[in-house]
Amino acid sequence: MGHNDHQDDFADAYGSIAADNDEHRWAFGSGFDDPLAGVDTSVQSGVDGTDLATYCLMLGDDALVLSHRLQEWVSWAPELEDEVAIANIGLDLLGQARLLLARAAKADGSDRGEDAYAYLRDPSEFRNVTLVELDNGDFAQSLARLLIFSTYRLALLDRLRTSRDPVLAAIAAKGVKEVTYHRDYAARWMLRLGDGTGESHSRADSGLTAVWPYVDELFAPHEVEVRLAAAGIGVDPSSLRAEFDSVVAEVLSAATLTEPARADAPSARGRNGEHIQALTTLLTEMQGLARSLPDATW
Amino acid sequence: MTDEAKSFTAEGGHGAVPTGSDVPTGSGTATPRNSWPLWEVFVRGKRGLNHVHVGSLHAADGEMALGNARDVYTRRNEGVSIWVVPAAAITASSPDEKDSFFAPSGDKVYRHPTFYEIPDNVPHM
Repeated sequence: MGHNDHQDDFADAYGSIAADNDEHRWAFGSGFDDPLAGVDTSVQSGVDGTDLATYCLMLGDDALVLSHRLQEWVSWAPELEDEVAIANIGLDLLGQARLLLARAAKADGSDRGEDAYAYLRDPSEFRNVTLVELDNGDFAQSLARLLIFSTYRLALLDRLRTSRDPVLAAIAAKGVKEVTYHRDYAARWMLRLGDGTGESHSRADSGLTAVWPYVDELFAPHEVEVRLAAAGIGVDPSSLRAEFDSVVAEVLSAATLTEPARADAPSARGRNGEHIQALTTLLTEMQGLARSLPDATW
Repeated sequence: MTDEAKSFTAEGGHGAVPTGSDVPTGSGTATPRNSWPLWEVFVRGKRGLNHVHVGSLHAADGEMALGNARDVYTRRNEGVSIWVVPAAAITASSPDEKDSFFAPSGDKVYRHPTFYEIPDNVPHM
């Protein structure tokens, strides 16, 4: 490399930063990873493809539906910076949903595209928990929901990293890093709100009370979860409760909030495809374009 | 905007939250209100490079500023390290001083390291 080349490097700061690879699309960032690089994506023998597909829909739909709820905050969040933060979290979850829905397509043998799952299923075919489909409520309620969901999901993904299914293990390894930040973000906001002013404390308390009845459902195992946990592929959610309780208790205590009383378990069981009206409304908006223009591309 | 609406409190020690009747707390409220202090953000793109000023943001305290900087300025894999500095803590040169500050170095070409070859194996010069 001669002197002139060096001058070019000097003039092209972006190029020198991206020099490690062929990624020149971005002005500054570079070195993007494919989470499934080197992972064997075939479904292993002895694995029940139907169960695996259903399980992927459960975890994928949780992420997809909450991602949509978070996106609803865009243009409404109290601060521009938090709007970007919330959008980032939604995009992280959307990324997890895409990988999981693609895995479902592989596992059930249909090889449908991920869009077919996201846009062309009816509410009764969604397997997400009720918690993620609840309306946003105010900022405090949305953050209380995010704290509960990310605490649950981080505990789940942490264990899923050792799944016998190599794709689930890879998705979990990627997701743990993302959801660790989601939980931290939500916890910091619950501290600020709960231990802030009288108004913010009361909002945080109300928000927590509104979403709390949907906590138990997260830990009630579905038969598919039990079977896959026994096979070393999935996680029995009831095994996550102790970690969840301990993390949430620590946050709430620091935030001067008290854990709401256990409410009656809601009748809907999202893992069975039973949902409240809020999901139908959400899907009507999310699926509207794809269903009215079936061959549209974007 | 009232004085009450402009105030911040941090009673519990976990950072300020804006107070007052005009603080938006949910969808549908879009009233104007006060904002948090300004912070300047410096990101190091890669090990071995300097932190570079990338922009500014609002946050109630340093911890929130760091989180916000991560969310606003490193979304595209730009950073390995972030500094946040209160904008009020920066003392800046004034455009009025441009002549006395900078013009005198304009004709001293001998100060520029242009008279020798930069070795090939010295990166980022």
